[in-house]
Amino acid sequence: MSLLEVTDLQVSFPTADGLVQAVRGVSFSVDSGRTIGIVGESGSGKTVLTQTLLGLTPGGRVDGKAIFDGTNLLSLRPDQLRKVRGAEIAVIFQDPLTSLHPLYKVGWQIAEMIRAHDRSVSKKQGIERAVDLLGRVGIPQPRQRVNDYPHQFSGGMRQRAMIAMALSLSPKLIIADEPTTALDATVQAQILDLHGRLQQESGTALIMITHDLGVVADIADDVLVMYAGKAAEKAGKHDIFYQPHHPYTKGLLESIPNSSAAGDRLRPITGQPPSLIRLPSGCAFHPRCAYVMDRCLTEQPRLAPVGDGGNHVSACWLPVTAAGIAAETEALRRRAVEQGRHDAAAKIAESIAERPEAEGSVIA
Amino acid sequence: MSDTLPRDAAQPRPSAAETEDDVLVRVENLVKHFPVHGGGLIRRVVGQVQAVDGVSLVVRRGQTLGLVGETGCGKSTLARCIAGLIPVTSGKVTFEGRDITNLSRGAMRPFRREIQMIFQDPYGSLNPRHRVGAIIGEPFAVHKTATGAERKKAVQELMERVGLNPEHFNRFPAEFSGGQRQRIGVARALALRPKLVICDEPVSALDVSIQAQVLNLLSDLQGEFGLSYLFIAHDLEVVRHVSNDVTVMYLGRIAESGPKDQVYETARHPYTAALLSAAPAADPDAAAQRRRIILTGDVPSPINPPEGCRFHPRCPKAQDLCGEREPVLETKLGDPVTHLAACHFPLQAGEILARDAGRDRR
Repeated sequence: MSLLEVTDLQVSFPTADGLVQAVRGVSFSVDSGRTIGIVGESGSGKTVLTQTLLGLTPGGRVDGKAIFDGTNLLSLRPDQLRKVRGAEIAVIFQDPLTSLHPLYKVGWQIAEMIRAHDRSVSKKQGIERAVDLLGRVGIPQPRQRVNDYPHQFSGGMRQRAMIAMALSLSPKLIIADEPTTALDATVQAQILDLHGRLQQESGTALIMITHDLGVVADIADDVLVMYAGKAAEKAGKHDIFYQPHHPYTKGLLESIPNSSAAGDRLRPITGQPPSLIRLPSGCAFHPRCAYVMDRCLTEQPRLAPVGDGGNHVSACWLPVTAAGIAAETEALRRRAVEQGRHDAAAKIAESIAERPEAEGSVIA
Repeated sequence: MSDTLPRDAAQPRPSAAETEDDVLVRVENLVKHFPVHGGGLIRRVVGQVQAVDGVSLVVRRGQTLGLVGETGCGKSTLARCIAGLIPVTSGKVTFEGRDITNLSRGAMRPFRREIQMIFQDPYGSLNPRHRVGAIIGEPFAVHKTATGAERKKAVQELMERVGLNPEHFNRFPAEFSGGQRQRIGVARALALRPKLVICDEPVSALDVSIQAQVLNLLSDLQGEFGLSYLFIAHDLEVVRHVSNDVTVMYLGRIAESGPKDQVYETARHPYTAALLSAAPAADPDAAAQRRRIILTGDVPSPINPPEGCRFHPRCPKAQDLCGEREPVLETKLGDPVTHLAACHFPLQAGEILARDAGRDRR
């Protein structure tokens, strides 16, 4: 049983222009001590997905299940959820300046967070714990800095203070929403390093939301790629980067300038992400897809296994043998047979059979 | 749009002995200090923010100079000084051999046509109450180069060239996505056929797939119009992709500069090495193998920068000399003369700065 198990989560917001379908049936799970990276472009629903878990999307119509440590978060009353939020599941937001109150001292804000969940802690004890936490996240001279206001901290220090606050109640799960996007590269390296060390110490599960594939390559174990409110592809980090199946994942990877191809033209995904009010028919990615077939225009693909053991799933009609992993998948099946893992081999064979050679013409 | 032929974009970069004709912009020992006022009634000047402190660089025709550095290193201030948007404290900026430092508004006007800017924030840099046609056509109006139907035609040609639908002439910026807005910014910058375009973090606010579209557009336009770019970004991979030469700034000074491959392959300055090692690569195996140099502490205040080498309090290689004497920007260890670094103890080939080697010397 995973620490967090999200099943078929759907979130939509009624607006004057129509229903915004922000999240359209996403499932994933996180285990203790693991990190899942959720990647996608602006508007792909990655932030709404995680904020819904914490009851932070008022006005949204929510459907589905999110079992955290045995309880369904989506059925909790606001006062019950408040006990979970912060204590069991902590959040780190992108912009540390707007997430800290400008008129209160940093130490007071951390102590307040602790005292909000445990009234038996005195103000003095709270401040002591804040000093300790600031020291743990690498803020020099924490005893002095605990009395500083947020504006006296640099961007990296504010993000450290946010991490200290998130850690204050030893949560089981931390949701980090673009935690390093606003930071410079060397500071980002410091913060990612800190995340890694703290996770090793405490065994916390981490959901890392980011649009930066470099960050994912660095710290994630598993990756969920989202497009237009749906999971496009989900797999272990290495499969996503080295054997992507979904054309969107491939497109994202090929859009990044990298040193081996410096000076060449980049191969971006054409067009724009769709409106979440008027989604394209069939596969939402089809208007931008280089491999689009007739079937993609009418039928929505489901997530289906494309690799070894069924952990690598992709929502695309392309045959398993069509995209980047063509030969590899067949090799995986053969290897599974050789190793006597017949159930895994059968699963792979099934996924190949389920995706017969392209029915329409493949426009590559 | 096609009457301007590519100038010399396609030609390879000449060797170290360039002619002076090759230089479009030359910046010599540029200094920009901002006064800090006290809180009293008289508002006495109590200090100087040394935003840019003695920077020299050259932008060559048809080429791209990448300028990298972290927040507060002075790269945007430098760009604004070159564009003549703010007066400089001292130093000299020459454009095609003519001194354009601190010119009066009238004297600067002809140069404004030649030097254009593309800004970071595609939301903040377009007037939300103006229609796109008016925004892109504004330079024609200011410089009185086209009117009426002629202007409209020119604007629509520009829109088409940057990948916007010319029929959207009458729309407002709010009706466009971030990437499209950045295309509007590019079209506006190109309207007067400038020679130099200063791009200040032009793709930082965009998603990767859109970022790649805009980078391709910028490179196409460079070939077509023979543009020179001063390309400012904090993303090292982006800078590597677009630049011919790269200059690394730290706290108002140049740490290292040279041809792109030189700087990226054989970084001499420990700060450059730290920046390069910190940039996350989208490759899990490379990420696992890489030894990151984690710098300790933060960038010091430019009001009161450290003595000697400005990087020394955070430098893993710092010795006593670094806090005493400022290093000169010069060629190191048999590098080509175009590759300069300001460091007393430059990195040898293959030398690795160990992880966590940084000492906190504050």
